[in-house]
Amino acid sequence: MTIEARYTLYHPKWYRRPVSVWWWLSSWRYMKFVLRELTSLPVAIFSLLTLWQVRSLANGPEAYARFETWMSSPLALALNVVIFVAVLFHTQTWFLAAPKAMEVRLSGKRVPDLLIIVSNYIGWGVVSAVVAWFWLGR
Amino acid sequence: MADTITVSVSRYRPEQESEPTFQDYEVPLRDDWAVLDAINHIKDTIDGTLSHRWSCRMGVCGSCGMMVNGEPTLTCAAFLSQYAPGPIRIEPLRYFPVIRDLVVDITSFMTKLKKVKPWIVREEEKPLSEGEYRQSPDELDAYKKYSMCINCLLCYSACPVIGLEPSFIGPAAIALAQRYNMDSRDEGAAERLSILSQDDGMWQCTFVGECSEVCPKDVDPAGAIQRYKLTGAANWFKTILPWASK
Repeated sequence: MTIEARYTLYHPKWYRRPVSVWWWLSSWRYMKFVLRELTSLPVAIFSLLTLWQVRSLANGPEAYARFETWMSSPLALALNVVIFVAVLFHTQTWFLAAPKAMEVRLSGKRVPDLLIIVSNYIGWGVVSAVVAWFWLGR
Repeated sequence: MADTITVSVSRYRPEQESEPTFQDYEVPLRDDWAVLDAINHIKDTIDGTLSHRWSCRMGVCGSCGMMVNGEPTLTCAAFLSQYAPGPIRIEPLRYFPVIRDLVVDITSFMTKLKKVKPWIVREEEKPLSEGEYRQSPDELDAYKKYSMCINCLLCYSACPVIGLEPSFIGPAAIALAQRYNMDSRDEGAAERLSILSQDDGMWQCTFVGECSEVCPKDVDPAGAIQRYKLTGAANWFKTILPWASK
C-alpha cells in the first residue's frame, strides 16, 4: 500500500498550531500584559466606590456616616489595599505608554520618551502633593 | 567552551508526518557564526532535506525570521554563542501556517500589506517640469523610523492578537501605513484611515507591545499603532462636533 500524500503540488498541506487558552502563561511579558488588562477591574471598582461616596454625600450626613463605617470595615480596607496596588500598576503602565501614543515635537525635534515619562511622574507627584496638602491641612 | 552545540530543529514533512517533530543536530559552536550559519551548516553538510528561507545574511532581506528558543528572532542577527551551552530550539515563525520544516506561508501578510496601500498616494502628480518633491531633514525624520521595516514578520509572531484573531491586519502593515501617512508627499492618509478603522484594523490591537520588543530594525510598530488610534479617535471626535460638516 502506498502512503497517501498529504499534499499535492501547488497545494501544500499546511500545519497550523492551535493557540492554547493559556498562551499568556508562556512568558512573563505576556503575563504582565494580562495583569495590566486585569487591573482595569479594580480601577472600575474604585470608580464605583467613588460614585457611591458622592451619592452618600448628596444623601446627607447619615448616609455618609454609613458609607464611612462600611469603608472602615476590614473587608473594605483589604479591598482598598488591593485596589491601591492595582491602580499604581495600572497608572505606571499608562505613563510608560504615553510616549508611544504621542510623539511630541518641539521645533521639529522629537522630545525623548524618557522626558515624557518623567514629566508624567512629576505631574502625578504635584497632584498627589496638592491632595495631601488638602487632606493633612483639614 | 564546548566545541559543538545541539540545535533542535522543528521538522515538518507533510508527506511523512501530520504534525511537526524535533530533530537534533550537533553543529560547531563558532564565535563568528550566527544561528543562520548553523542552520546553513546543517543543510549543507548534515541533512540536505531541511528546508528554510534565507538570503542576505545581513538583516536586510527579512527572510530568515524563526522562533529561536521560543522568541521570534532574525537568525542572521543572533550569534550562536549567545545560546551556549544550548541546546537551541529552532521553530518556524509562530501563528503562520507551516508549509515545510521552517518555511511558513506568508500569503496572509502579503494580502494585508496591500490593503493599507503602502505606496505614495497622490491626487495628482505634479508635472516633471516642476522638479522633484523636496523634503526637509525633519520631514524625512517624521517617517524614517517606520520605513526601516524589512517585512521579516517577527512582529506578527510576537503578537498574541494575530494568534487569536488571524484577520487582524497586524503590526508591520499598520507601521507601514504610518510610514506613508507621515510622508509629506503622501495624500492617502484618509483612505488608509478608513481601511484601518474597520474591524480588522488598528482597534484589534490591545497594546501588548511585544511587536516593538522583537523588531530587529527598531521600527516600533506598537508606537505606530497607538499613534494611529489617537488619530482615529480624534477624527471620530471631529465628526460628532455640532459644527462638523455632515
